[in-house]
Amino acid sequence: MSLLKVTSMTHKFGGLLAVSEYNLTIEPGQIVGLIGPNGAGKTTVFNLITGIYRPTAGRIEFNGQDVIGLAPNRIASLGLARTFQEMRLWRHMTVLEHVKMACYAKISYGLAGAFLQTPKRRRQEQEIEERAFASLKMFGVDQFASQLPVDLPYGAARRVEMARAAVTEPKLLFLDEPTVGMTPEEMMAMIEIIRDMHNKLKTAIFLIEHRLRVVTELCQRVQTLVFGQVIAEGNPEEIQNNPEVIKAYLGEEKVVA
Amino acid sequence: MHHSESTAIHPRGTLDFIRRFFANIPLLGWLAGALAAVILEQAVGTSLAHALGLPRIPVLFGFLIFLKQPALIPGALGYVLVSNILPVCIVAKIGAPLFNLLSRSLFRMPIVVTAVVHLAILYAIFHIWTDVSAYRLIMLKLMLISILLTLSLNVINGYMGEFSCSHPGFMALGAYAASLFTVGLFVNDRLFGEALLVSDFAVIFFPLGLIFAGLVSALGALIIAIPSFKTRGDYLAIISLAFTFIVKSFLENLEFLGGPRGLSGQPDWSSLPMVFIIVVLGVWIINNFVTSTMGKALNAVRDDEIAAEAMTVNTRKTKIIAFMFSAFWAGVAGGLFAHVIRFVNPSTFGIQKLAEVLAMVYFGGLNSVYGSIVGAVSISLLGEALRPLEILKWIIIPLLLILVMIFRPRGLISFKEFNIEKLLKPRG
Ligand SMILES: Nc1ncnc2c1ncn2[C@@H]1O[C@H](COP(=O)(O)OP(=O)(O)OP(=O)(O)O)[C@@H](O)[C@H]1O
Ligand SMILES: [Mg+2]
Repeated sequence: MSLLKVTSMTHKFGGLLAVSEYNLTIEPGQIVGLIGPNGAGKTTVFNLITGIYRPTAGRIEFNGQDVIGLAPNRIASLGLARTFQEMRLWRHMTVLEHVKMACYAKISYGLAGAFLQTPKRRRQEQEIEERAFASLKMFGVDQFASQLPVDLPYGAARRVEMARAAVTEPKLLFLDEPTVGMTPEEMMAMIEIIRDMHNKLKTAIFLIEHRLRVVTELCQRVQTLVFGQVIAEGNPEEIQNNPEVIKAYLGEEKVVA
Repeated sequence: MHHSESTAIHPRGTLDFIRRFFANIPLLGWLAGALAAVILEQAVGTSLAHALGLPRIPVLFGFLIFLKQPALIPGALGYVLVSNILPVCIVAKIGAPLFNLLSRSLFRMPIVVTAVVHLAILYAIFHIWTDVSAYRLIMLKLMLISILLTLSLNVINGYMGEFSCSHPGFMALGAYAASLFTVGLFVNDRLFGEALLVSDFAVIFFPLGLIFAGLVSALGALIIAIPSFKTRGDYLAIISLAFTFIVKSFLENLEFLGGPRGLSGQPDWSSLPMVFIIVVLGVWIINNFVTSTMGKALNAVRDDEIAAEAMTVNTRKTKIIAFMFSAFWAGVAGGLFAHVIRFVNPSTFGIQKLAEVLAMVYFGGLNSVYGSIVGAVSISLLGEALRPLEILKWIIIPLLLILVMIFRPRGLISFKEFNIEKLLKPRG
């Protein structure tokens, strides 16, 4: 059984056809890339699968379960975590609190634990704190644990966001442009981080990228999205040499970086 | 050495010096100092007041005479200095080594024990301080109740970042529900007939009445929460404001609850120990909630709701629970309030109450237990001091609030976690 299976997914924003007849299959442990020019609809694909928008038509099955219409938090608790293109960290929460928060669905101390200092609450809070630290360590940002997002260097903030998404060891992890705004050196470091994490957690990854370099390094399979439609799909080599892809990217200097 | 001497003249240097001078005093020392001061006042307060040309002990640190009898200001200042400030500082500073010793051995015990000892001393201070005048007693009770009310509103407006105007409504529901419980069951009343239960120990049922009050308010909150949190957007402010007005006019039109005249005859069950214990319990539980990961979900919802959902937080459930929780404590505060005043009528819970509690929350500081305590205490004191100005008071307090908003947009002490261990720890 595939981990994720999207069939004929279509979405319209008013009159704008943002995603059209989109298909995707991800197997456990696979890394799949999604590339495409600005405004192609990549982030919209993420938002549809994670439940932020409800597709106009189509089917989405995650781990064998139909997830259309489920609240985003329900889909996330099934084991689908994500990061955001614009990061979306919580302004007034410390780095450690960010990562602990992602364990929300694992908490079972209930209202009694929330209101009173029950032993179960202490134990669980302790557990998720240890988990959170382990995740921060894995991404090399544990030294920022008590800091607020505003005090983090850009690269560290990106890693914190990934630590937050990865702490629950999800079955599938969506990464929306993890190297956006990075220098080539930072980009190479990020590639290594993602590779390390994949080796350790064996999480399947679905990765949006602007830079071909990142997808060729990491992905087994790549889709190219243009105006909401997949115009090419294959291994990185095939995609790089596909004339349609080259045409779509013509004049987009960002991609070559 | 030379350097620090030269900066001591500078205002910031002086402040620094004072801070360093008192830095080695643990909270226990300050409490002991305050205890000494109130005992001293009980013993010699009246003679001291006469000696300073005051007709009686200034009941509220001289705040009350500032506008009413300006001629007495120097006397009052002298009194506050001699009877309050000096004893506290001298005892705390001189006894610091001793109090640190005690503090250290207390600190080795479970934190609950340490906290209870501190609270017991605090209670003793309150008890002796209020012994001097009935006005002090009622003022202190109302101040404690407003701490609970302010903190409960802070859960929504601060921790969760929505704007709720429904707390006067919740308080009204709690006040009436608790009154119904006590007057209906335990008092021979013209409206509800003979007392159903008569017992010398009836007061032990009062907490039950308060829980009932809280639950009624929480139910009211559910009615607001369902439509308000269905979709994202700022519906809560308007719906909750409407709720406050609806509750008020609903109560005005219910003849069996006394209509606009209200309900009276509540037994005198909001005693100081009762109010103190309930408020401490409420603050403790609210603080437990907002420091748990479940409660921190409120901050995640406030700072970025989409990210919260993506990190498995059930944002709708979180908001509804928080809102009902907050309303519960507002209801409890209302129940206590009704039994301090021993009379409730609908007009108490209108726009003025709303302005007052909003001022307390925003003045003291969002997302902070310290802030709510500071806000409730300072606005209460200010309100009493400005009482002679009558309606003008309601111009001055908002103006002050605007000033605070300009210089500290989130209030005096915002986004500061209430850390009990840090508060109680020995300091030398
Ligand atoms: N909530 C929305 N309402 C209306 N239109 C939207 C919405 N979100 C996205 N769009 C539009 O849908 C199209 C696809 O947007 P999307 O953000 O998915 O692109 P993208 O491929 O992620 O681009 P980028 O590389 O710039 O991130 C764009 O034309 C965008 O303006
Ligand atoms: Mg995008």
